Amino acid sequence: MALLLSKNYFSFQIKRCFQRQQFSGVYTWYGIEWKCGKRILRNVLSVLVGASATCGAFLYFLDRSVQAMGHIAHLPSYPWDFEGYLTSLDHSAVRRGWQVYRTICHTCHSLRYVRFMDLIDVSHTKDEVKAIAAEYEIQDGPDEEGNYYMRPGRLSDLLPPPFPNEEAARAANFGAYPPDLTYIIFTRRNGRNYIFSLLTGWTEPPAGISLSDQQYFNIYFPGNIISMAQMLVGGVVEYDDGTPSTTSQMAKDIVAFLSWTSSQEFDERKRMFIKGMGISVILLASIAYCKRFVWSHLRSGQIMYVPKEKY
Amino acid sequence: MLNTIARFLYHYVFKRSSTFTLGAVISAMYFERAYDDACEYIFETMNKGRLWKDIKHRYEK
Ligand code: HEC
Repeated sequence: MALLLSKNYFSFQIKRCFQRQQFSGVYTWYGIEWKCGKRILRNVLSVLVGASATCGAFLYFLDRSVQAMGHIAHLPSYPWDFEGYLTSLDHSAVRRGWQVYRTICHTCHSLRYVRFMDLIDVSHTKDEVKAIAAEYEIQDGPDEEGNYYMRPGRLSDLLPPPFPNEEAARAANFGAYPPDLTYIIFTRRNGRNYIFSLLTGWTEPPAGISLSDQQYFNIYFPGNIISMAQMLVGGVVEYDDGTPSTTSQMAKDIVAFLSWTSSQEFDERKRMFIKGMGISVILLASIAYCKRFVWSHLRSGQIMYVPKEKY
Repeated sequence: MLNTIARFLYHYVFKRSSTFTLGAVISAMYFERAYDDACEYIFETMNKGRLWKDIKHRYEK
């Protein structure tokens, strides 16, 4: 004879799991898996947490000690306002950053994976982008006679590189190659802080280091001797929104711009994060409700039987 | 009141598989629209003044 009765029917306390209770000749099991399962879960969890904390701490300190042996200046962490979970890029900073790139960096660095039309509704209106594209000469062809010719840029063109190839770029920069800036944020460790520090990190070389004419001293460049001179000197760019163009302002703006070029889906990602998290919360709540609903029978139930012989 | 709504829903929506499917499709459509708008609203209030739509009036003629 097995019966399911409600939890409140027998109001006695169970101290150990797998405990049998005799109640006027009737044996019952109650709260069996629940208590035992809880204890096992707790033990497993504490072992897991302990092990991963130990390994994590070990690896962390090992990694730190390796970093401490290098000769690379430790990068400061700047509070980038767009690195929050929900914060988008500041589009006026992106616009200013484009201006910095256009007036300064473009003489040496290419941005060859960006199309003009990518700027539309990100930092410029369509008409502005059309005007920008028309300022560039782009090689096209071949025409009917098989010749290549130059034409003004269109919205669908990639940004033309300042040099036709790497060799030309090296020849113009005394053997050093100015890398493409599109994904530079991702190609350097701790990219944003590195680029900002690099662009503000030129100093006079300390005593004992002599530089040739095309070498400059930068504390944050690995090896400290870089072939790029300090480009962001206060006032070289005239911002069209009237922001004073100090060195750090320009460095910050170009970092915002390069963050956008390296991940053009930046804002979309933040949007999707909100949506995904919201859906997860809704799903979690409904699953929790369903689980409690389905299991409530089992959790409040009790098995009863009368043995044939004495137990 | 709730009871009437529940009875109405059961009778005209949940009872038959055909109406149930139709109900699921239609409510999914409206839910998605409302949900997208709500998320967009959160995003835009969090980032007021930083988005392109907040600064574009300065550059449009
Ligand atoms: C006169 C040409 C020139 C201009 C203008 C210029 N650079 Fe450079 N840049 C170089 C050269 C050359 C190198 C390679 C340096 C080296 O490897 O020693 C370089 C390297 C870099 C690097 C890579 C550093 C690394 O870790 O390897 C970054 C980032 C960079 N430039 C950013 C910029 C930005 C941002 C601007 C615009 C504000 C800019 N550059 C303007 C010539 C230039």
